[in-house]
Amino acid sequence: MNNDVAIQVVNLTKYYGEVLAVHHISFSVSRGEFFGFLGPNGAGKTTTVRMLTGVIKADEGTASILEYKVGSLRAKQVTGVVPEMANAYGDLSGWGNLMLMAELYGIPASVARERGTGLMQDIGLYPRKDSLVRTYSKGMKQRLILCLALVSDPEVLFLDEPTSGLDVQSARLIKDLLQGLNARGKTIFLTTHDMDEANQLCDRVAIINDGRIAAIDPPEKLRMAVSGMHSVEISFDTAVNSEVLASIPGVNSIKKLGDKWRLYTTNPGELVVSLINYSSSNGLKIVSFNTLVPSLEDAFMALTGKEKKDA
Amino acid sequence: MPDMSTVLQQARRSLAIARKDVRIYYAKGPVIIFGVLFPVFLFLSFTIGRNLSVDFMIPGLLGMILFFTATSVSPIVIPWEAQARTLERLMSCPVKIETIIVGDILASFIFGLAISLVPILIGLFLGITVLSPFIFTLAVILAAFCFASLGTVFSIPPTNMPSTVNMISSVVKFPVVFISGIFIPLDELPAWGQAVAYISPLTYFTDIARYSIQGRGHLPAALDLLVLLGFTILFLVVAMKLHQRTMPRRI
Repeated sequence: MNNDVAIQVVNLTKYYGEVLAVHHISFSVSRGEFFGFLGPNGAGKTTTVRMLTGVIKADEGTASILEYKVGSLRAKQVTGVVPEMANAYGDLSGWGNLMLMAELYGIPASVARERGTGLMQDIGLYPRKDSLVRTYSKGMKQRLILCLALVSDPEVLFLDEPTSGLDVQSARLIKDLLQGLNARGKTIFLTTHDMDEANQLCDRVAIINDGRIAAIDPPEKLRMAVSGMHSVEISFDTAVNSEVLASIPGVNSIKKLGDKWRLYTTNPGELVVSLINYSSSNGLKIVSFNTLVPSLEDAFMALTGKEKKDA
Repeated sequence: MPDMSTVLQQARRSLAIARKDVRIYYAKGPVIIFGVLFPVFLFLSFTIGRNLSVDFMIPGLLGMILFFTATSVSPIVIPWEAQARTLERLMSCPVKIETIIVGDILASFIFGLAISLVPILIGLFLGITVLSPFIFTLAVILAAFCFASLGTVFSIPPTNMPSTVNMISSVVKFPVVFISGIFIPLDELPAWGQAVAYISPLTYFTDIARYSIQGRGHLPAALDLLVLLGFTILFLVVAMKLHQRTMPRRI
């Protein structure tokens, strides 16, 4: 196996009774990669994370973390996990939870204390470290859960919807911390349905739908791959004929928006050149010009077969 | 077969889980008070008005308290953690399911041992003499571990409702108390009563406790210890094998 591979998944499959929750998915994540796992609710994201973190067993297929079989003690030892809707122990303090986790990962007490102090300071929990977790706010709990996942200094980090339902400040803090970890070479596997989050953070994104991988690509490439959703918005100093605009090479369809025109295309680069040629040869002055690319959300909707409300 | 360093490493992690259990689930006033008071009152309700000697009563009281306390919290720890959503995190740590189970058993064992000091001290205050202190100590330790293991057997069904598990354990625990020679000595039971008593691990502890304090038991002390050990191994194996299957279904 390639040493550069952090997570290798081959034909991973999970049934819940008769229901096929995850359907023979295969992918690999490189070391140091920030990998996004996107999908609608019930697509199989959490089931996949649970198989990869060794909480449940796959029915078919194999997967490994840094060449260790998933579910093995060695694979778990190099992995940090922020499970979906997980809780820390409410009747222990934040610090108590952190030290328990360090013990379960076999981290020496002195290292755990030093690392725990640093983590809690980084994430703004240090002043409340001795308070019972049940007195924490939701944002504080989620930040603590991230600390718990990091106290073993794992090479690979799995996060299942870590910022779901959080206030902007806590979500920002977590995202910044994840970016910092990734910059230091940690491999991050992030499950989310927040397109902006995936777009800002991830090197590559897998889109999962109905238990199957619909696409795996960098966010930009995924957006570009959605054909027919690219468009150019243009306005001229004088009125132009819609039929003439529609006949310009590269234009698939057009829409009038007030004094502007939106021209849909599969090839925005070619259309820009055609439009400039058209305006100069007809003596038209361009007042405004914008190229609009489809959002990751457009790509997601197209790939998961959902209708985009405002498309 | 796991190597020795893995076994030691997992044993240390079991201790960490046990410490967590004691702090979260056991070291609470109501749990401790209930652990002592409930068996004491149950015992008194069946012994008051009967002309029983202290030597006879204390082993019975000790057996009941040890049995009830060591099986009181261990059945609900896993369903409780599944419901509180702390179990998934625990399962994703580098610990085996056996390590989690042993941790839960250890916490229950420590709780059972600590609370069993209450009837022992009451007995000593009332003037009983422990004739075989070594056998007595060994029996209390073995029985506490045996009953703690039984507690985790009760939590095998993959329900996340602690009340359901409590119901299951109560359905077993109460009849066991009545068939284990606590209120009626084994010698006085009819043959069928004795046959039923032999299926209860508590019978063997009560018998050896009476041997240690009264100087005579119904069965040989070595046999009592051996059967208790057998029950302990049985409960451990059953709990570990079956929790392997059911624990992932709680998530």
